Amino acid sequence: MGSEQAGAGLKKAMYEEMVLIRRFEEKLIALSQEQGKLIGMQILAYGQEAVAVGMVKALKADDVMVSNHRSHGHLLAKGADPKALMAEIMGKATGVNKGKSGTLHMAVPEVNALMTTTIVGGGPPVAVGAAFAQQYRGTSNITVVFFGDGAAAEGSVHEAMNLAALWKLPVLFVCENNCWAGAQSLSEHCCLTDITRRAAGYGMPGESVDGNDVEKVFTLARDMVSHCRSGEGPAFMEAKTYRMRGHGEHDHQHYVDKKELETWARLCPVKGLRDRIVQDGLATEEELEVLDKDVEARVEEAVQFASDSPYPLPEEALQDLWVDDGVAQ
Amino acid sequence: MAVLSFGQAVKDALDLAMSMDDRVFIAGEGVGVSIHFDPNLPTHGLLEKYGPRRVKDTPVSEAAIAGLGVGASGLGLRPVVEIMFFPFITLAADMLVNHAAKLRYLSGGKSSFPLTVRLKAGMGFGAGCQHSHNLEAWMAHSPGLKVLFPSTPADAKGLLLSAIFDPNPVMVIEEMLLYWIKGEVPDGDHRVPLGKARVVAPGSDCTVVSYGGAVYTALEAAKTLSKEGISTEVIDLRSLVPLDKACLLDSVTRTGRLVVLHDATKFGGFGAEISAIVAEEAFDLLKAPIRRVAAPDIPVPVSPPQERFYKPSPEAVAAAVRSTLQKG
Repeated sequence: MGSEQAGAGLKKAMYEEMVLIRRFEEKLIALSQEQGKLIGMQILAYGQEAVAVGMVKALKADDVMVSNHRSHGHLLAKGADPKALMAEIMGKATGVNKGKSGTLHMAVPEVNALMTTTIVGGGPPVAVGAAFAQQYRGTSNITVVFFGDGAAAEGSVHEAMNLAALWKLPVLFVCENNCWAGAQSLSEHCCLTDITRRAAGYGMPGESVDGNDVEKVFTLARDMVSHCRSGEGPAFMEAKTYRMRGHGEHDHQHYVDKKELETWARLCPVKGLRDRIVQDGLATEEELEVLDKDVEARVEEAVQFASDSPYPLPEEALQDLWVDDGVAQ
Repeated sequence: MAVLSFGQAVKDALDLAMSMDDRVFIAGEGVGVSIHFDPNLPTHGLLEKYGPRRVKDTPVSEAAIAGLGVGASGLGLRPVVEIMFFPFITLAADMLVNHAAKLRYLSGGKSSFPLTVRLKAGMGFGAGCQHSHNLEAWMAHSPGLKVLFPSTPADAKGLLLSAIFDPNPVMVIEEMLLYWIKGEVPDGDHRVPLGKARVVAPGSDCTVVSYGGAVYTALEAAKTLSKEGISTEVIDLRSLVPLDKACLLDSVTRTGRLVVLHDATKFGGFGAEISAIVAEEAFDLLKAPIRRVAAPDIPVPVSPPQERFYKPSPEAVAAAVRSTLQKG
């Protein structure tokens, strides 16, 4: 694939989004440690921000995205409102899904985030259906689906990749290889070190990329999006990154070598981009600090909005199952 | 009004839906080119008429077929996907149960997934339990899925057309041995509303509630019983979800007796739900205990005498009705 680079304005925009995701999730870490502030499992994309931002920046607004349980970065990158996401994560009535999805299943159709599924491997078949609709209608839109190295072991992913290639569907499979699936390291659940090698088996182009380098992710994503948009069929990207916070905030990573965590901490994608922006003279430290403060204020505003919002009424749980029926039977 | 086979009636609905609305497409294993060549099969001739853009033969990939329906419907198409044999639904179940049924709810009512899944069901062809296994109770137990089970050619057409244009996910179960039975089918855009049962034969002594091919078993039993002076009311539910409780309760109010019949196994079957509703809401009207007639709790056997033994018989239904009429 080619190698057109991201421009200065784009780099700063990507930095801002990565900081937003990082600060948003840092806030979730803090809130999850306060008793009763957050419901459910907090499954974070902390450390994987470059994959979400580099990939989504290569999309058009009307391209469709399918996400998974580690979704906050994808959704923020796609343009979802942090206030509505934070309220949803707290189960509030003002949440993006009225408190019905919580932190794990958020759908934001207004930014073409069709769905988020917690069923590992559930995304690719649905993404294939969305891409089919795009092809059927003769649009030039594409669908991107994010899934992990763990999901790559699911049979549904195989079926989806085979069908997508057979029908030349405009779907981009993005496998975020974060080195861990539950408490299994990659070598414990997969014989390959490069999952991308599977792409050839389906007859689609595939490439691995440093998932902690947002510019490299963006460059590859732009080429792959262009491939999918051209009608040549699907493509497969393996973004090699790291799951910095364990499976979720309830996972204290007792099975992970501390040295491995330290190594990957040094490869922090947010700091990496920031350093390059400063080194290349695209912005000064002071300018970036102002930007950081702006982002922090937006996150604080989201937390304030979510905290001040009411919970939905208990009986509103009966709504939203059926189209045309106000209340479930 | 034309006389069509059940299979032709299904095809009539598919054909009409596709001709009326470009959002409708069909997909599945052998929906275009099938190993079978029979004009009574529901997708026969559609590939020739609509071409490969709208009639999609898929690989043997049930999860992908169901996912295709979920994703395409999420973007506003009206997919009609086929699962070749009902038990294969296990391979598609995640897409249907965790996705089709739940995604609208999870979205807080923002999204909708108007897909139709045609499930080819039934027994009596010696194929064994991995091809014959009626799992409608599973489907009905997943909030968010509508479940239809027609018994006549007219309903096969009318329910399928309603399903395709319903804004929710709908499972339509087609009993394959019915494909060759014939009946009068209204022309044109004939729709049967979902959630409306049909009184097939009126009666006053006992209500027999059923659906799908078992309705014919009930009718045969009713014929036998009428010779004995017993008047049986036969109800065809047609739609399990939503369920026409009013029709059911109205009938039991008049007869005071209920027999529930289905070809699926008894324990945890859909008949248990029917029985529970009547026991809960009309107990004081009942003159006798409710009886269920259903398959024994075993996989569908293959040996012909055993497969016949498995399927509830008209004699078993008649005996159950008689038992509700015994005094003391």
